[in-house]
Amino acid sequence: MTPRLVMRNVKKSFGATRALCGVSLEVQAGEVLALIGENGAGKSTLMKVLSGAYLPDDGTIELDGRPFVPGDPLHARQGGIEMIYQELTLAPHLSIEENIVLGGEPSRWGWLDRRKRRALAMSALHELDQGDLPIDAPAGSRPIAEQQIVEIARALVRQPKVLILDEPTSSLTKRDAESLFRVIRRLRDRGVSVIYISHFLEECQALSDRFTVLRDGESVGSGVMAGADLREIIRMMVGREVKDIYPRMPHQLGEPVLSVRRLAGRNKPASVSFDLRAGEILGVAGLVGAGRTESLRAIFGLDETRDGSVKVFGTESAGLSPRRRLDQGVGLLSEDRKAEGLLLGRSLSDNLTLTRLGPVSRMGLVSDRLQATTTTAWMKRLDVRAQGAEQAIGELSGGNQQKVAIGRLLHHEARILLLDEPTRGIDVGSKAQIYRLIGELAVAGKSIVFVSSYLPELLGICDTVAVMCRGTLVDVRPVERWTEHEIMAAAIGQAPVPQS
Amino acid sequence: MNPRIARFLSALGPLFGLLFVIGIFSASEEVRPYFLTGGNFKIILTQTVIVAIGALGMTLIIVSGGIDLSVGSVVALTSVFAAKMVLQGFDPVVVVLLTVLMGGFIGCVNGTIIASFRMMPFIVTLGMMGVVRGAAKWMGNNQTVNPPKNPLNALMALSKPQELIPLPMGVWVAAALAVIMAVVLRQTVFGRYIFALGSNEATARLCGIRVARQKILIYALAGLFFGLSGLMQFSRLTQGDPSVAVGLELDIIAAVVIGGASLSGGTGSILGSMIGALMMAVLRNGSNQMGMPTYMQEIIIGIVIVLAVGLDKWRQSRGVRQTGS
Repeated sequence: MTPRLVMRNVKKSFGATRALCGVSLEVQAGEVLALIGENGAGKSTLMKVLSGAYLPDDGTIELDGRPFVPGDPLHARQGGIEMIYQELTLAPHLSIEENIVLGGEPSRWGWLDRRKRRALAMSALHELDQGDLPIDAPAGSRPIAEQQIVEIARALVRQPKVLILDEPTSSLTKRDAESLFRVIRRLRDRGVSVIYISHFLEECQALSDRFTVLRDGESVGSGVMAGADLREIIRMMVGREVKDIYPRMPHQLGEPVLSVRRLAGRNKPASVSFDLRAGEILGVAGLVGAGRTESLRAIFGLDETRDGSVKVFGTESAGLSPRRRLDQGVGLLSEDRKAEGLLLGRSLSDNLTLTRLGPVSRMGLVSDRLQATTTTAWMKRLDVRAQGAEQAIGELSGGNQQKVAIGRLLHHEARILLLDEPTRGIDVGSKAQIYRLIGELAVAGKSIVFVSSYLPELLGICDTVAVMCRGTLVDVRPVERWTEHEIMAAAIGQAPVPQS
Repeated sequence: MNPRIARFLSALGPLFGLLFVIGIFSASEEVRPYFLTGGNFKIILTQTVIVAIGALGMTLIIVSGGIDLSVGSVVALTSVFAAKMVLQGFDPVVVVLLTVLMGGFIGCVNGTIIASFRMMPFIVTLGMMGVVRGAAKWMGNNQTVNPPKNPLNALMALSKPQELIPLPMGVWVAAALAVIMAVVLRQTVFGRYIFALGSNEATARLCGIRVARQKILIYALAGLFFGLSGLMQFSRLTQGDPSVAVGLELDIIAAVVIGGASLSGGTGSILGSMIGALMMAVLRNGSNQMGMPTYMQEIIIGIVIVLAVGLDKWRQSRGVRQTGS
């Protein structure tokens, strides 16, 4: 059988940077191919070649046995290649229906055919078994998971042969991810070829038929997913064996440093109470929308609080501003690196030193030189790969950006670190480094609140895990007394499982 | 490319533009004897002062991601205000102080409204533009205010018109303030916060910058400069004119933008803005010397603004490397 899509020895360079130096892959019709690789391995570049954003320098691409080199995104789309990006591209003010048909509105003599538009949108949603979405609601008002479905429906309207999904689950809960997988399997069974890019290996394993691993712009291996050894795949990804991704560093728990009682925000959270001790890593699990992010923001003073008490180092201080919290030694890592966490257009040094410019100043004037030396030292310590302290941070890969964002808290010498999804959308290597860093911080007596939607990492590195459900922190236990199943049960609001 | 060198080059871009424009006017045999003289450059520098001082304030605002459309009106109001005070017999020092403070006060009102009601600076200052223009006409009874000869006239007066030196006081004041503001914007915490705010307001808040207070300070400080511009305007005309400086804010914004600032905030420099202000003045002066009608000047300046910013964008887009992930 002729494969749906074949890429052979595709190469692409940007100036001196060789982004792709020989990638080959193959997808059959009705097959899910997992494209696996660390950040910077070239996955996005490869997909941009396929979707027509970049022209390859060398190599061949065949679609249904015929040579096909997309000259621009429209050409790729006409060839039947649809791409769904990690950052959603919906028009937030338009309705779900309008978004689905966007760019292909059925019309007569320039007049919209509303009935046909609705039929088109509905049939796409039905095909995904999602007919009950509120089709007239503005897309921006719906949860991320639904928006993602809308993106797929939009691609579906155009009857794609190949559908590319880039990290689609990075902001989804497990349950939403499951429903996304059902949609993908449905498409596969209808003969669509799906290329699925993800960092979550377990996910790739559950979903895909075959895999291709990229490393440093080269395809280093492919195979059938069923029965493949995950450790072997990780070894291919990083080029070395990652022995223990979750390091357990022995550390002492001290006195409580942060005590939160019945904290309530404007909308969320409804009620949050916990104690954080010196040297403790407290994980917070829960579904997206459970109020975890809002809790951190309320504690840090970014959102208003309605009620409750927050004690920092024994001082009652609910409702302080972020400035005062930083002065107290509390730091927050935003879940949204791009929109909130970083000044993307500014340099690494500006980003890293922003909260504490004092040590990089002389006689009241900020010194570029001191800023750069301080930043270079942190870059070394955190293994940040960049051209230098002066480079704009928006040019770095996600993992390196995140290390700088965490570096800001370290430079600030924060003693209580509120980390919101610190490992979202970053590669395995960087993740492992961040886990180790968090462990080292705990050893040094710092306290960490670690919000994550990825249970294995919570169970892997935390001392204590709290679970939130619908705005309320429902349970806190030492990590040994949780199982993954119990956490999920608590997160979806099932009665607590009795302890045996 | 090394980012340090890249930054240096991007600062030089507007300077090359300025030299290029001077070069073009000097190329013509007929214009050169009038254009390329010390006396003419004294005129150019003096003509730059009002826009340049305004651009000092506007640079802060634009780098912070804001805009101020009320500058022309503020200049008119403060020039009338200064003229009236001189007429009342106030000491020149008091006149200077109060005029500048009046500009600061209006900026403070702008900033407070923008920060406390989270309103678009464009709208707030558009409203203020009308309010202050009206106030200026009211204060001046809808006519110019003509005080007697006074020491403030010396700020912008041209003595020894054939030679470059001595430059009028106003030029030195503008130059000194430019140096101070360059340091303030680049090397102080206040200045760094302005960049952070313009680059990403959410990040600024996350990093403990008191966003509302910072905004009010920025608009108030900029207002002081607009007040000073008004004082220079008064000195240059030796009268307070409530209908003067209509559209001046657009010249100032153009100067800042030619100097490399982005209207979406986060980038810009005092040096660039000063070069931008000079460029506008050189263009006006040069086309005057060439005997061009004013409508041609307007067309040329319009084209130069778009060209300058377009070139800058083009250079930047080539500088950005594509990173795969």
